Order: sequence, then structure tokens, then C-alpha cells
Amino acid sequence: MKKNRVAIALIAAVPLLLAGCAATAPAASTSTATTLSYGLWDANQAPAYTQCAADFHKANPKITVKVEQLGWDDYWSKITTGFVSGSNYDVFTSHLSQFPQFMLNKQILPLDSYIKADGVDLKAYQPGLAELWKGSDGKQYGLPKDFDTIALFYNKQLTDAAGLSADQLANLKWNPDNGGTYEAAIAHLTVDKNGHRGDEAGFDKNNVATYGIWMENSGGGDGQTQWSFLAATTGWKSTNGVWGNKYNYNDPKFQKTIDWWQSLVGKGYMPSFEAQTGIGWSDQLAAGKVAIASNGSWMTGAVFGAKSATFTPALAPTPTGPNGKRASMFNGLADNIWAGTKHPAEAWKWVKYLGSLACQSVVAKAGVVFPAIPAATDAAVASFKAKGIDVSPFTIQVKDKTTFLYPITDHRSDVNALITPAMEAVMSGKAKASSLSAVNTQINALFK
Amino acid sequence: MAVTARKGSQFRAAVLFLIPASIGFVVFFAWPAVRGLFLSFTDYNLLRPPVFVGFENYIKIWSDPVFWNSLRVTLEYVVINVGVQTAAALVLAVLMQRFTRTMVVRGVIMLPYLIANVIVALVWYWLADYNLGIINAALDFFGIHKIGFFGNQNIAMVTIAMVNVWRHLGYTSLLLFAGLQAIPRDVYEAAEVDGAGEWRVFRSVTLPLLRPVLAFVLVVTVVGSFQVFDTIAVTTKGGPVDATRAINYYIYQRAFERLDFGYASALAVILMIILAGVALLQNKLLRANESDLER
Repeated sequence: MKKNRVAIALIAAVPLLLAGCAATAPAASTSTATTLSYGLWDANQAPAYTQCAADFHKANPKITVKVEQLGWDDYWSKITTGFVSGSNYDVFTSHLSQFPQFMLNKQILPLDSYIKADGVDLKAYQPGLAELWKGSDGKQYGLPKDFDTIALFYNKQLTDAAGLSADQLANLKWNPDNGGTYEAAIAHLTVDKNGHRGDEAGFDKNNVATYGIWMENSGGGDGQTQWSFLAATTGWKSTNGVWGNKYNYNDPKFQKTIDWWQSLVGKGYMPSFEAQTGIGWSDQLAAGKVAIASNGSWMTGAVFGAKSATFTPALAPTPTGPNGKRASMFNGLADNIWAGTKHPAEAWKWVKYLGSLACQSVVAKAGVVFPAIPAATDAAVASFKAKGIDVSPFTIQVKDKTTFLYPITDHRSDVNALITPAMEAVMSGKAKASSLSAVNTQINALFK
Repeated sequence: MAVTARKGSQFRAAVLFLIPASIGFVVFFAWPAVRGLFLSFTDYNLLRPPVFVGFENYIKIWSDPVFWNSLRVTLEYVVINVGVQTAAALVLAVLMQRFTRTMVVRGVIMLPYLIANVIVALVWYWLADYNLGIINAALDFFGIHKIGFFGNQNIAMVTIAMVNVWRHLGYTSLLLFAGLQAIPRDVYEAAEVDGAGEWRVFRSVTLPLLRPVLAFVLVVTVVGSFQVFDTIAVTTKGGPVDATRAINYYIYQRAFERLDFGYASALAVILMIILAGVALLQNKLLRANESDLER
């Protein structure tokens, strides 16, 4: 109710001053002192970037960078309304789910002329990451700062009790017909109230004490942490390429993957949609309610921080699929420059520094995310290692070149709004995955 | 002379006192409503100037199944929330009026209302969790099958309605209690002399004399219930499938997630018309501005 009032107030507050903020300010001379504002949403990374800002100021005494961190929801509200009100961050951490609409509405600056003038080498980053930040107009809008991949988080105490070694878990094989050794491991890790395992006689699928794997909702349109790493090994691609105009939720390969995934519910190995709604997967994993949960590298700190007498967190890479390889969605962040900034030249200097080895090495030391420059990635791996965490299950996907990119298209939020309820119906057992073909037709109509 | 002078100064004082509220009303309600009405006839994504499209948004809404579904689930919420809340609040109010005078009880009844909506929602979300929540642990202990309070399509909206009943019950019952206090004691004494029992007193004395207050409470709770948002936003986010995608939440998603402010404004205008209609109808049916006491 309150939010609605805010919404209405916002609509009202948006004056017809759009012309004012769309005008590109002239390049300010660098001889005067400038203060840039910089925004990010991850509190865990704020200290590292504050350090980068201090180092940057030392090298460029005339430019001061003010770092501000806001929680995810507030962060995007501030940026969206900031575009309109003319008081946005000069530079902000951007996400691929938001980038297309910012770019298409000309709210962020292309960097090509700067990149060319300063000779920045886009090949210096982990392969593929720079491509994520190329607009549909072919222009480059960001320098990669970090990346994330998917792996299996598991409770080593439960896998030990089941007699599954780390080596076995690191070499699971999956296929959409019978689930392969991946499903066998999940079945074996599932335990009912009477102590019967999922692959034993007498297993009571209606009274499960510990699930083999967690669902974590339907995965919506990208299934980043849920099913994308499986579907991709069948040769399925979510769209017809970067900035594509056609989605492939009608592909039998995809639908077969989803039907297999959903079948785990019926077998009692995975909580039903009803049972997984509520407290998040990492708490369920720490509480011993589930043995394995697939998720992204950004969760490493949270999961390993929850270590307890009954929870020994560990990581395994995602299983290999029908193509004989693993797969992981490759997502990464970059910094965008607001088109309305009064200091584009200084903002670029800061963006260039954020994309440099100097800053990314600082970020690497914090051991929170994987920086985009390979040397800094290695430094981050070492930082994790110093904390006793082996993150190679995440980096193996990059090393083996088994990553694929986050689907970037126009109408991303409309696509999500259409596919998510449909996926929820499938995962609730109310519809078969073949029902997604009709939704796919609706989705592709958005691009006509 | 003196009288008019005093009236004049009273008028000035009244204006002075009304200014702050009027400014708030104009800035946060009147102007946004006008702007919203205008935007409802445009295609507007916040980042580009609005483009006039006539009735296109309204025509699209007419054939939007998610909109019709949102109306249906909102109505479901309103009926459960207002029905249970009003009945329970009435019982509590009468109990407070007839059997207890202690301030402690009144205070305790009010407590849930003092907790922020979002916190109430999150606490219940944890309590009702399928695997880790205490409610399902209790059900399990007694051998009853666990319930996906927020995850089951058929139950999710009922759960959300009941969470809000829990929070608002105390406030509503205190409103009704205040109404009961306004009923003269002698009416009850007369009923007692006539030998009426507790139930008869309630039916023939309390309920009719409480009607104006009850009507006020109903109008306020019905209008408030139609705008359910925060509980959904922090728990189910409209799911599972569309089971809790209430109209206000749908408006929010259209505007802030899909940046479709024109369409969202049209939805908001429709909601406003529905609410105005409901309030008017209730006032008429319940004769809220007359009391049986004066007859």
C-alpha cells in the first residue's frame, strides 16, 4: 500500500524535464577538482572498492570518488528514478538484467571512443566477458570487472555418511533420460524419516528428512542456478544469440531437461515447489535439510560462513552432460557511465581504473568475487584458498571453456513476467514442460 | 460585531491548521491522481517522454488474463481478510466491553499492530516454512501432514489474508470497542430488566447501535484490503504461478519491474474506480452517516 503511494508520487514527481538530463554535458576540464559518485549494491565488496577509490584519488588528486552502497532493490530504484530526476551516480555497477533497457533508452554512455583513444585492450579480460557489455548497436558500454559461474554446494558430512567421495562428486554424469550418476548420487543422498535412502527398498518418498538436491524456485527464464547448467549440455540455447529476437523454450531438448528435473519431486529426491517456498536454500543446506544445492560463486562467502558442527560446506563442479562436457552460465558485472554525468572524461578515467589490474587485484585480495582479468582471478582463487576454500569447481568452467553467456535480449523483464508463472506451474506439477511452447510463442511475439 | 470578529479569526485559524494537510493532499494525492489519469492514456517507460495512445492501455487490460486473475485473487483476499477480521474483532470488542476493564488486555490486543507489516510478514514466513518452520514441525509432531502455507497455490492467499488478520485484528477490535463505549449504559440496563440474555442483547442492542462504527470500519478495511501489497512483496512475490498476484502487486510489477508506467497507471485508475464504487455502495447499504440512537 505504501509502495503504491510511492509509485504514484514518483509518477507525479517525474516532471517533463527529460530534455534537461538527456543533454550531454560538455567535457569538463580536468584542471578543476571533481567529485564523482559511484554506486554498488554488494556490501561485501564495498571495502575493496573504497580502497580502489582511495588509490585512484592518490594517482589523480583532482578527482575524488564517493562510493555509495545500497541494498539491491533500493539500488535499482535509485538508479531508475535518478535517470529521470537528473541526479544519478556518475558511474554505477551494472547488471545484465538491467543493462539492455538502460542502453536502449540511451541512459548510459558508449565507451568506444575512450577505449580507442586510450588503447584499452578488451582481450585482457577472461574471454567472452567483454562481449556481454556490447550493446545491440555494436558499441561497448562497460569494461568487465568480475564474473560468476555455477557449481554444486554440498554438506560434506552428509556425503561422507552416504559413502560418496569428493572425487565421485566431482565426476558426476547427467543425461535427461535417467539422470545418470548425477541422479543416482542425489537419490542415494536422500534419506527418509526412517533412515532409508532414496535408492533403497522401503524408501518413503512422502516423509523425507533430507533431500538429495534443492529446487530453489523454478529458475524463471534463465534458470541460472537451477537448470541452465544441465540444459546447455544437451546443446540447447535459450535464444538465437546475443541480442537475439527469438527464444527457444519450445525446444524439446529444453523441455525434456525440465521434465527430468521436475521428476525428482515425484521421486522424493527434491522438495516440491510447495515445500521449497520459504526459507532460502543456503539456510536449508546449513540446517541439514538437503545434501546438495546448485548455485553461483557469489554465494561462496555466505555458505562457507555458515560452517557449523553439523555442516561442513564443500564444492563440486556441475555434472557433465550428453555432450560429454560440463556447462555453466557465465555472468559478469561491469561499470556503466550515466549519460547525464557532468564529468564524462573523469568518469571514464575511473571506469578505466576499475577495469585495470591495479583495482582488480585489490578486489581479488578481498576474496569475495572473481575479478575479470585472469591474473586477478588467480589472485582471488589464492585468497579463497587462504580462507580454506577450494573454488576450482567454479573456475574449472572457465579453464575448460565450458561457459555460455547470460541471455541478453530486449524485453527481458517482459519475458520473465511471462515465463516465470508458466515455469512455476510446471514445477508445481500443474502442467507438463510442453506447455511452455505456447508461452514461447507469446514471448517471441514481443519481438515483432 | 465581536461575534463576527471571532468567527473571522476562527476561520483564519482553521485555514492555518488545514494548510499542512492540504499541501500533503495536493502533492501526494490530488496531483498524482491527475498525473496518473493522464499517464494511463500514454505509453510511458519513465526514461522517454510519454506518447499519447488513447484508450489502448484500457483495451489491452480488458483482454489481459493476468489482470482478471489479479482481480479474482484480490477479491478472495478481501473476503477472507475482512470477513474473518471483522467477525473476530467484534467478538474481541464485545468481550472487552462486557467482561473486562483492564488496560493490560487492551494493550496486548493492540501489540501486533505496532509491528511493521514487513516484519510481521517475514516472521510468519519463517514460522510457516515447510521444512524449518515451527508450525509445520508441530503439525508433523501430531502426525498431521505438513502444509506449504506460502507455497501451495490453493492456500497461499488464505495464509497471507490470515497473517494480516493477525496484525490488524487488535486495531479493528479497539475501533469497535470505542464504538461500543458510545452506546449508553441504560440501554443495556433496560435490556437486563427485560430479561434479555447475552446473545439477545448482542443481537438486538449492541449490533444495531454499533452499525455506524461497524460501517466505518468495514469501509476502511475493505478499501485497505484491496490495496494489499507489502505482505505479498516480501513473501510470495505474486506466486506460486499467479495465486497471490493481487492487483496492487501487479501494478507495481508492471511499473517498476517492466517499466510500463502507462499500463500500470491505467490499472491504478481502474483500481481507483473500483474502490470508489465499493466505498459508495457500502455507505449507501450500511447507512453509515445515521445512527439508530437518534431515532
